[in-house]
Amino acid sequence: MAIQNALELASKRLDELSKLSTLKSGKSGIMQTLSEHGFSRRDFMKWAGAMTAFMALPASMTPMVARAAELADRLPVIWLHMAECTGCSESLLRTDAPSIDSLIFDYISLEYHETIMAAAGWQAEHNLEHAIEEYKGRYILLVEGGIPTGESEYYLTVGPHGTSGKTHAVKASENAAAIFAIGTCSSFGGIQAAAPNPSNSVGLSKITSKPVINVPGCPPSEKNIVGNVLNFLLFGTLPALDIFNRPKWAYGLRIHDLCERRGRFDAGEFVQHFGDEGAKQGYCLYKVGCKGPYTFNNCSRERFNQHTSWPVQAGHGCIGCSEPDFWDTMGPFEEPMADRLYDTVLGLGADSVSDKVGIGVLALTGIGIAAHAAIASTRKNEE
Amino acid sequence: MSGKRIVIDPITRIEGHLRIEVVVDDNNVVQEAYSASTLWRGIEQVVKNRDPRDAGFFTQRVCGVCTFSHYKAGIIAVENALGIKPPLNANLTRTLMNSALFLHDHIVHFYQLHGLDWADITSALKADPKKASEEAFKWCDYPLVAGEDKLKEVQAKVAEFAAKGNLGPFANAYWGHSSYKFTPEQNLIVLSHYLECLRIQRIAAQLMAIFGAKQPHPQSLTVGGVTCVMDLLDPSRLGEYMSKLAEIREFVNRAYYPDVLMAAAMYKDEPSVLGDIGVSNLYTFKEFQIGKNEWLFDSGIIMDGDISKVLPVDAELITEEATHAWYADDEPLKPYDGKTNPHYTGLVDGESIGSDGEMVHTKVLNTSGKYTWIKAPRYGGKPLQVGPLANIVVNYALGNKYVVPVVDEFLSRTGLPLSAVFSTLGRTAARMLEAKIVADNTMLAFNALVENLKVDQETCAKYEIDNDKEYKGYYMGHVPRGALSHWCRIKDGVISNWQAVVPSTWNASPKDAIGQMGAYEACLIGTKLSDVTKPLEIIRKIHSYDPCIACAVHVMDAKGAKLGEYKLDASLV
Repeated sequence: MAIQNALELASKRLDELSKLSTLKSGKSGIMQTLSEHGFSRRDFMKWAGAMTAFMALPASMTPMVARAAELADRLPVIWLHMAECTGCSESLLRTDAPSIDSLIFDYISLEYHETIMAAAGWQAEHNLEHAIEEYKGRYILLVEGGIPTGESEYYLTVGPHGTSGKTHAVKASENAAAIFAIGTCSSFGGIQAAAPNPSNSVGLSKITSKPVINVPGCPPSEKNIVGNVLNFLLFGTLPALDIFNRPKWAYGLRIHDLCERRGRFDAGEFVQHFGDEGAKQGYCLYKVGCKGPYTFNNCSRERFNQHTSWPVQAGHGCIGCSEPDFWDTMGPFEEPMADRLYDTVLGLGADSVSDKVGIGVLALTGIGIAAHAAIASTRKNEE
Repeated sequence: MSGKRIVIDPITRIEGHLRIEVVVDDNNVVQEAYSASTLWRGIEQVVKNRDPRDAGFFTQRVCGVCTFSHYKAGIIAVENALGIKPPLNANLTRTLMNSALFLHDHIVHFYQLHGLDWADITSALKADPKKASEEAFKWCDYPLVAGEDKLKEVQAKVAEFAAKGNLGPFANAYWGHSSYKFTPEQNLIVLSHYLECLRIQRIAAQLMAIFGAKQPHPQSLTVGGVTCVMDLLDPSRLGEYMSKLAEIREFVNRAYYPDVLMAAAMYKDEPSVLGDIGVSNLYTFKEFQIGKNEWLFDSGIIMDGDISKVLPVDAELITEEATHAWYADDEPLKPYDGKTNPHYTGLVDGESIGSDGEMVHTKVLNTSGKYTWIKAPRYGGKPLQVGPLANIVVNYALGNKYVVPVVDEFLSRTGLPLSAVFSTLGRTAARMLEAKIVADNTMLAFNALVENLKVDQETCAKYEIDNDKEYKGYYMGHVPRGALSHWCRIKDGVISNWQAVVPSTWNASPKDAIGQMGAYEACLIGTKLSDVTKPLEIIRKIHSYDPCIACAVHVMDAKGAKLGEYKLDASLV
């Protein structure tokens, strides 16, 4: 039944979208562009199937994913930079394997993005104002970076009028069709909001009354950024979210759940220090600080840079970068949580993430993990 | 009326938040210039009292573009403090990752960030693809993606895009500006390379990720070495690195290099890109270990553009002051005595030339007081310029065997004298030459690593942190935007203070107490604008430094020990 409802919802949404006038005149469909680049309809459907699976949607929705992508040029996008390092923008730029991902990127209409846009100064400011006005209620807003507030609101200003970042973000939020906080900084405040937060930075959801979908990660993978835009196109409503407003399709599982070293964990085989024999053999990284058991993200499935690698593959544990306040709660990054079990696991944001896993249950899991590691350690690593 | 102010904010196609203001006279010649960063994040206070092993992760988030530079710097500063010497395998692996970063940064800078200052993509629509292809062969024996068919395809793609009437990210730029010098055919070639670079930069990011887990923000360094031992011992991973590097190298040699040659030829009569050295004191530091005891680039300082004399770097001479920066303490302080207490005084009401040429009410910098979040670093009281220009010129003057022939060949092919390097055009060319030298020589480090792995598989040194001891250490080196240093102190097992002196701080420095300008400001003085509503000449100059502002916003705070207590042991750096 749930699937049937989703199909109906998506279908209705696509009908609505297809009634909208295109931003670009002429025969500008994605298939047109694809065929110009040597991609066949079949390639395209294959890709849509992959995206469907990637978003954890039933295979029967593949044609709808394809249709959503074809309608993507209806979507003006505004991307704002707040207090950030530009890592999330850099991640967005990496999107392209298969290379048609970047066509999706082309096929949104990117109205404002400071790292990419050609215009500067007054002309850039004009582009932003124009987009907010012209596409009222229709544009997607993506925000990168924490937002300085309170007395330090003007620790960030943008534009000739010296407008605060907060004012920009609030204004752009008012009439956005959907709002995505891209990265841990705009989701939860990020590194500048770590103790003692000298710039009083907060996540986007703290300064707007509009619903904000959080896409955390430092940075989030290119797949999670693009996948969320598609998710919006499909349903026209917010995706299913966890209690931190993260889309469940991307953040529903722990890193640990699908980790390639999970077998080593279960077998009690642990790296004791970086560079040891266990490290050469691909043992589990829990004891050198991996936060995979406490972190909800799809890194272990999707990896980064077109599946090239991810931290655990490169022999370093997860640092928990998609969890709220991870800078303050997950460190030291190269020590296991077990050492500080009660004051971290019980007080940690990740514990109450999934509505499937209650706080108590996850705390028990945490204790279980620590106990497992300790027992396995005495048993296995004495040779 | 003389003394009209022009405000450019945001400066786009950079990392971070940068505002430039200039005052022009009746002839539209720049008389005064001000460079301001408009964001402060305060990471200097955040990193205190953390586990020193975590420092690299915090310093890395200073910048998602220089995503490896500050990570490595944070790790090495701690290693230096603790007296750890990482195994050779780790050092060489770091070089391979560093190459990936340099190559990524430089090509993206030239095409995605700076390229639109040189090439007018709307003009490319008028090009004859056949002639354009012939043109491409003038600058390169085997040009990349510049055959007639390919150029036709590129032109059609852009024509279709433009015909839609919505240029998206290309809307409202300075197209048609009179200081654009390329022919339509040449613009079409650069446009084709712009699109190809979007693909190549992904490969450069993968190049980092092979041993680095991901890019941005790689995650395979640890205090003592690297963690990617499985990747290093996997021949197929090594093969991936080798082949991706080769593909990027082809792009550098068959697209980037010829395009800069073409720019040198077409722009050599454009006054706004020549003769604007700005600050002629150049500083660079040793980087890229390619063997047991060999590095690609060496350290040195050149004062007043005198290339006959290269001075050793004396870190004791570095100070920073905040007369015109939004911090409470103004006086020049050595990095280890530095203070970072924010004291924001804001912008003031004023007027500037608007986009229609009329004066409009706006906010302006209070240029007689504090006007930026960037401090003014000085070397023996003088401003320095850092970056590829400084690195290439200093190493050329030192007679570096990897640098001299490449520079000589470039000069002979362009017919330009060495003095022409001291300019906007020179900065842009030096960045390309640096990319070429890195691309052409990274295999030296790769081969040294493979040789060493045959006999030694150590990737990480063991160490202990004694909580009862105090430690201090540093990193000094050269990153894509110039000379970088990080300085740390560790006490009671945690970071007690940290200091970074970063490239964009040197270049984007405001005036100091005696009115000396930093490189951005100095290079703008005397620039004649052909259209005050479209200050392309200014944007092009500023972009030639590849501004990266997040890191310049005085990153770390430190109090206590004098810098002079450290002996600079180059072999550690």
